[in-house]
Amino acid sequence: MNIFVCVKQVPDTETKIQPNGDGTFIETSSIKWIMNPYDEFAVEQALLTKAANAGSTVTVVRVGGVKDTEALRTALAMGADDAILVEAEDNLDSYSIAKALKGGIEKSANRPDLILCGKQAIDDDCLQVPQILAEMMDLPSVAVIVGFEQNGDIVTVKREVEGGALEVYEVKTPCVLATNKGINTPRYASLPGIMKAKRKPLQQLTLADVGVSADDRRVKYSNFALPPEKPAGKKFDAMDEAAAAGIVAEVVGLLRNEAKVI
Amino acid sequence: MNFDLSQEQKEMRELALKFAKNEMIPIARELDEKEEFPAEIIKKAWEIGFVNTCIPTEYGGNGFTLLDAVTIAESVSYGCMGMFTSIMCNDLALTPIVVGGSHEQKEKFLRPFTESPKLASFCLTEPGHGSDAAGIQTTIKDGGDHWILNGEKMWITNAGYADLFTVYCTTDPTLKHKGISCVIVEAGTEGIILGKKEEKMGQRCSDTRGIRFENVKVPKENMLGNPGDGWKIAMATLNHSRPLVASISLGGAQRAMELSISYAKERKQFGVPIAKHQAIQFMIAEMAIKIEATRLLIQKAAWLTDNNLPSAKEASAAKAFAADSCMQITTDAVQIYGGYGYSREYPVEKIMRDAKLIQIYEGTSQIQRLVIAREVIGRD
Repeated sequence: MNIFVCVKQVPDTETKIQPNGDGTFIETSSIKWIMNPYDEFAVEQALLTKAANAGSTVTVVRVGGVKDTEALRTALAMGADDAILVEAEDNLDSYSIAKALKGGIEKSANRPDLILCGKQAIDDDCLQVPQILAEMMDLPSVAVIVGFEQNGDIVTVKREVEGGALEVYEVKTPCVLATNKGINTPRYASLPGIMKAKRKPLQQLTLADVGVSADDRRVKYSNFALPPEKPAGKKFDAMDEAAAAGIVAEVVGLLRNEAKVI
Repeated sequence: MNFDLSQEQKEMRELALKFAKNEMIPIARELDEKEEFPAEIIKKAWEIGFVNTCIPTEYGGNGFTLLDAVTIAESVSYGCMGMFTSIMCNDLALTPIVVGGSHEQKEKFLRPFTESPKLASFCLTEPGHGSDAAGIQTTIKDGGDHWILNGEKMWITNAGYADLFTVYCTTDPTLKHKGISCVIVEAGTEGIILGKKEEKMGQRCSDTRGIRFENVKVPKENMLGNPGDGWKIAMATLNHSRPLVASISLGGAQRAMELSISYAKERKQFGVPIAKHQAIQFMIAEMAIKIEATRLLIQKAAWLTDNNLPSAKEASAAKAFAADSCMQITTDAVQIYGGYGYSREYPVEKIMRDAKLIQIYEGTSQIQRLVIAREVIGRD
């Protein structure tokens, strides 16, 4: 099977985020990047599927800046076979990213049998790329999957719905599947994996190579700003029993009239 | 000059830190309290490649340089110094085979360690001979087609779980270091008697025991080099292992500093976070100085070893400075935490207890100074 995994590189959750100078994105010069955590589930599922299908290959595809390539290197160190990097600004919109991913996948010598993505990226939380990509490639897709079972060219996937119930889908490959937490436990890369990764092929493309131009942008970013600081909370001292009843009445009044939560 | 780590070394460091934070830190306190051996962690660490960093590629290892190994060691130790002592113990016990073994011995004894998670122990210290290692009394006698080993070893890390022991012994105690040999003894050989697990102040998850050899038959082919080569092998091993042990201190010190900084920013006294008070700032600045200097000393010693240059002075300097600095840093971390620091509910007192051991094992801080003095003053 030719398995493709689309990965995004996102700021480490411990990184302090600052808007950039003109407010069109965040400041990326001093960010520590990691692979989007939901994409780790996709990489793991790809590696598990590869192990179950002799002769399979796993190709990771990423659209983004070339200065740091943590996400691709992590995927290669976990066991992916090769990588495709489409060079682009880190602030593309979902439509452009999906189109660039499609172009990157089509530049590969392999035709995809399975495309895996994380269900969403934890930086912009758009939850759109897998579905747009599937539509552009005219492939069936199921998103937010927590179960994966393959039988020949049929994949049975499960997705959680409200109340803990599971929806079960049968999808014919090739298809696009977007993984959620719970589908597997992503492996750690290994030290030998890190050493091998540097010798694995990485194909580098430009947006022009994959047919994406500025006209493809559907969403333009502006006015990135930090959220306003929270005002200090109100404190009430009800330790004095005599005053307690009055304070309770005051708090209830504020919750009802000022905060309007009751 | 280039102070940058390679791309791969940076990735190794990130991977090791991720492992330390996700797998080790969440259980470190519990294993310490229960004095429970970190068997599961060692297995996971082995799968990733953190164990047996000294084994060359010819024998199935990863062929890491010592600079690679110290980079990994620092970051894994960030998770728990005690657990890493048990992980790193294999390097201490297997390095004698790497530096003093024949091709057949390496193939026979090193390769199995790369095929499944196994443990090895380094047996040098005795109840009556610690710093005075040349005075060891464990004897080895020619028994015809085998050697006969008799004696008692003390403070042996992982002894209760080891599959293999590298044992230092003497053909004649009066010959001092010239009479010392090193033999490989496989676990399960008749006459090996394990002592009880020692109850320690810190690094309590790691297994430490005495071990007695009573007429243990050791195959002739299990001696590293010739009789009398043991001292040379031990010294070469320590040049390799001291920067690694120093890295254990460095990992603990780094964590203690990070904890101190985040606590100092949070804890308010006199109306401001204590990080605004110069008394606290100076303690933290001192930590930063010592950590930076420790890391440079370790990297220099590792670089010298990797380039086959003499490194005894630098390895000892790294080990002594790392251990003493870590003791100071972790003591100050407890001080910054105040009453909370003394409580076992907060993580810094454990790191302080763990730190103390590094000033003692693998050559005390005083022995390191003796080595350094000999190197800089001369032996006359």
